[in-house]
Amino acid sequence: MKPFDYARAATVEEALAAGADGGRYIAGGTNLVDLMKLQVETPAKLVDISRLALDAVEQIDGGGVRIGALAPNSDLAAHPLIRTHYPMLSRALLAGASAQLRNKASVGGNLLQRTRCYYFYETAAACNKREPGSGCDAIGGFNRIHAVLGASASCIATHPSDMAVALRALDAIVVTALPEGGERRIALGDLYRLPGDTPEIETNLKPGELITAIELSAPPPGRQLYRKVRDRASYAFALVSVASAIAVENGVITSARLAFGGLAPMPWRSAEAEAALVGRPAGTEAFEAAADALLNEAQGYGHNDFKIVLARRTLIACLRDLTA
Amino acid sequence: MRITVNGQVREVEADLRTTLLDLLREHLGLTGAKKGCDHGQCGACTVLVDGRRINSCLSLAVMHEGDEVVTIEGLGTPDHLSPLQAAFLHHDGFQCGYCTPGQICSATAMLEEVAKGWASHVSGDLDRIELDDMEIRERMSGNICRCSAYPTIVAAIREVADAERLAEAAE
Repeated sequence: MKPFDYARAATVEEALAAGADGGRYIAGGTNLVDLMKLQVETPAKLVDISRLALDAVEQIDGGGVRIGALAPNSDLAAHPLIRTHYPMLSRALLAGASAQLRNKASVGGNLLQRTRCYYFYETAAACNKREPGSGCDAIGGFNRIHAVLGASASCIATHPSDMAVALRALDAIVVTALPEGGERRIALGDLYRLPGDTPEIETNLKPGELITAIELSAPPPGRQLYRKVRDRASYAFALVSVASAIAVENGVITSARLAFGGLAPMPWRSAEAEAALVGRPAGTEAFEAAADALLNEAQGYGHNDFKIVLARRTLIACLRDLTA
Repeated sequence: MRITVNGQVREVEADLRTTLLDLLREHLGLTGAKKGCDHGQCGACTVLVDGRRINSCLSLAVMHEGDEVVTIEGLGTPDHLSPLQAAFLHHDGFQCGYCTPGQICSATAMLEEVAKGWASHVSGDLDRIELDDMEIRERMSGNICRCSAYPTIVAAIREVADAERLAEAAE
């Protein structure tokens, strides 16, 4: 690990001042410390935000919930407001990592965790995300876990989070504090950037900007589900995951939310797939139309071609279960 | 820095890069917590911090100033084993023993999580938990046993979980 300076922030203002000065925020550290050991990440200064009072989960006006950015993943999954009104979020959290990691991992850190692409982790490999301009060894390499949607010629890495997929389906808003003062409210879909030719820039956060909370509006109508398909039964990243809420009235789908993990560089939402469902009878024809809409621009890179078929089958199975 | 380990306040000086695991092992001589993968994948380094199980290899020691840490050495002694330590012996819940301190620390906190009503990935109902073997396996998936002593690890945890449930029912 490269040497670094360390400062513990007692207040959000202290954190922002240190963040504006080039400090890197650390909360649970489960991803960042690992990457620092491998020297994939070499921050000059860490700003410890783990003791800031940003871990509350509370009801807000309009029937929504505000989740402090430092709420541990395990506590959030178990929170009565979440498991009662947003079960897909509890399920997504519980499908991620191990109990030990969920105990440390914060909500903000989970959103900002880095890809698990093997070539990003291997400093001897070419990786445009780790070292811009060096190339991408995943294209033409071992790319079984890589993206089939939203990738580019410079990067095909996926975003690894389960939680963020459920939050995307729930239209979560990311609340941040800025070093120059004030706050921003960013739709989760606008937090992330597609790789394009700058895969090293993963979010639209400004230097020193600090995620302080996530806000959810009232739960979407209908039944919710999070389903994760992976290589082993527990403690593995998603090959494909689906977060969904579907409402059906008199056999017709009246509302649909669909977000996907394991397929893309960011938690993926498909407005086209949702549009293919709404107003149509809940049945195979609509489900297949949704899968077509989701996947018509999907592109495999060899080892991950199976994900396109797997995503189709998983989506249809989820829709069948949700409308049964 | 100052840190409480197994009930004792300790003053330690260490490089900022020191993980909690290295602090325990190299600075405080508590070699119960093991370094397996050193990347949070195997669980051999599991300790309890303020009552919660974490991977001590993925946590910087400096971030734990003032925290209360419990390691396998703090759960019991050879003369006074904790219920899980005794059950692991009784069921032969190990072969080489390298993962055992992590398994026992992890299981100790896991039973607390169940008592708090925390569901898991395999819970059919997020509000009601039946701690069957599938639940134990899922909840312990962050602890790998290279010797594959899983059946007896599950049996040991099952014994303590059942005993706790009986004790609660009797109250």
